[in-house]
Amino acid sequence: MKIEDIYQRLVSRFGDSIRELKTGVKDPWIEVASTAIADVSEFLRTESDLKFEALNDLTASDWLETDPKKKTPCDPHVEVVYHLYSYSLKHWCKLKVKVPRWKDGVTGELPEIPSVAHVWGIGDWHEREAYDLVGIHFTNHPNLRRILCPEDWEGYPLRKDYEFPLEYHGVRGK
Amino acid sequence: MSLTLEDPRIVEFDVRTDEMLVNMGPQHPSTHGVLRLLLRTDGEIVHEVTPHIGYLHRCAEKIGENLSPPQWIPYTDRMDYLAAMNMNLGFSLAIEKLIGMEVPEKAMTLRVIIGELNRIASHLVGMGAYGLDLGTFSPFLYAFREREIILDLFEEVCGARLTYSYITIGGATHDLPDQITIPPGLAQLTERNPNMQLSWIDALKMFLDWMGPRIKEYHTLLTRNAIFVRRTAGLGILSPEMAMSYGCTGPVLRGSGVDYDLRRDGEPIYTRMYEGYKFKIPVAPFSDPAFGGIPQEAKLGDNWCRFFVRMMEVAQSIEIIRQALDRYPTSKGEYRLPFKMNQKLPADEVYLETECPKGSMGFYVVGDGDAEPFRVRAKSSCFCNLSVTGPLCQGVLIADIPSIVGSLDIVMGEIDR
Repeated sequence: MKIEDIYQRLVSRFGDSIRELKTGVKDPWIEVASTAIADVSEFLRTESDLKFEALNDLTASDWLETDPKKKTPCDPHVEVVYHLYSYSLKHWCKLKVKVPRWKDGVTGELPEIPSVAHVWGIGDWHEREAYDLVGIHFTNHPNLRRILCPEDWEGYPLRKDYEFPLEYHGVRGK
Repeated sequence: MSLTLEDPRIVEFDVRTDEMLVNMGPQHPSTHGVLRLLLRTDGEIVHEVTPHIGYLHRCAEKIGENLSPPQWIPYTDRMDYLAAMNMNLGFSLAIEKLIGMEVPEKAMTLRVIIGELNRIASHLVGMGAYGLDLGTFSPFLYAFREREIILDLFEEVCGARLTYSYITIGGATHDLPDQITIPPGLAQLTERNPNMQLSWIDALKMFLDWMGPRIKEYHTLLTRNAIFVRRTAGLGILSPEMAMSYGCTGPVLRGSGVDYDLRRDGEPIYTRMYEGYKFKIPVAPFSDPAFGGIPQEAKLGDNWCRFFVRMMEVAQSIEIIRQALDRYPTSKGEYRLPFKMNQKLPADEVYLETECPKGSMGFYVVGDGDAEPFRVRAKSSCFCNLSVTGPLCQGVLIADIPSIVGSLDIVMGEIDR
């Protein structure tokens, strides 16, 4: 199924929660409202003509332009990107969820997105990694702990405004 | 985030008398690197396995935001260091997809030769190390004897033996050498003069002719060995549904009976490299007569099937290389298209997966008009394959844990990045 048809299926089922279909890029994507992502994922996996059995990749990126000389700064936000694939129907889909960089604009309060760990098993680890490195709180996640960095690490390294710690357990940084 | 002592997954104060927490790793020889498995055991039975990873985390993704793509290629080497060529290829193709570059036929043929040769080397290590996990030493020695020659050939091509950075954006850094001295290991095994001069292609052909018949010996040594079969068959059964849900790819997925290989089913930019090559994709339960029968004890998706997929892929890779070597002298174009170190990347984003020996390695690159990408992400196949150990190891014996983890053929450099 083409991504345009998937978009139509999703719009007829979820209405306004499906924000837009972005075409004219190398990998077209569908933007989904953050509150609906768990339901949309469940729908995509179970529906007989969609059948997305696999979550190929889940990743997040922090959109913040740190270079003041840049002419067209991007709108600051954090986005989570889902790459889905269906082994039985051999089609793919890319979803995006955009949320503010901090919850309610309070620096340090992580933005919240519903977890998809109960939909795809691998969502568990991918979301832990996104939480660890980009700083997104996945609600309803069974075990949201850091996965690559140590448990007591501070900050979220893939945030664009992340500052490297000067000292960690007696090890000097910088 | 501080360590909360009440969390039972981290520290357990109230251990029941019949349960014990056992740490396997991070320096356990059978964990293939610095992997720590926390086992909750009841006597010999394991109730829960929690993998702890991150000991080898080197912030490759953060570094990638500050380097241009050609500068980041050496970092991809250090992900799966047993198949560095395939890692280079995956990232190069992702960048080529982003900028819309199509490499010439000659570069594609060269990439097929190099990529498949590295696949053989990686599967040989997988086979040898799996033997070590199960307590047999000799297959490891045979595997490394063969791998040594492959590394010698790679050294002639690019000067490095492990971290090649050879395949790069637009093709490869050098053409295949016209004249080399025969690799010492090959001269000894084929009883040739150690000072013999020949072209790289002829040396590779000589190696493949020598290696082809040896695969039968590995099967005698390991695959059909009664002890090996009893240690692996019927153990660690991974159902196809679970394999797909946990994002398993490569031999782990095919061992569970899902017929999927990116060399055939991937994106056009990758599959066009393999157009016109005749090869089979080994999938459990190996109904194709070319793969021979499977032992009665083996079940779909068990350790033995995963191992056997790798062994069969070695034979298929040899076939692919032979066909590519026939094409190479007459293939058109250059071995490399120019790509400047500070070439600007378009404001777009791509995700591309390639079939690496251990699974589908995905690279997600976001450009924003600068030479450095805005975001690079390496989706590791071993990361996904390892995530299945928790559910897979429930209720097995402690002695079977190395057998199950080894059959996933993980490499920690890629998991931790």
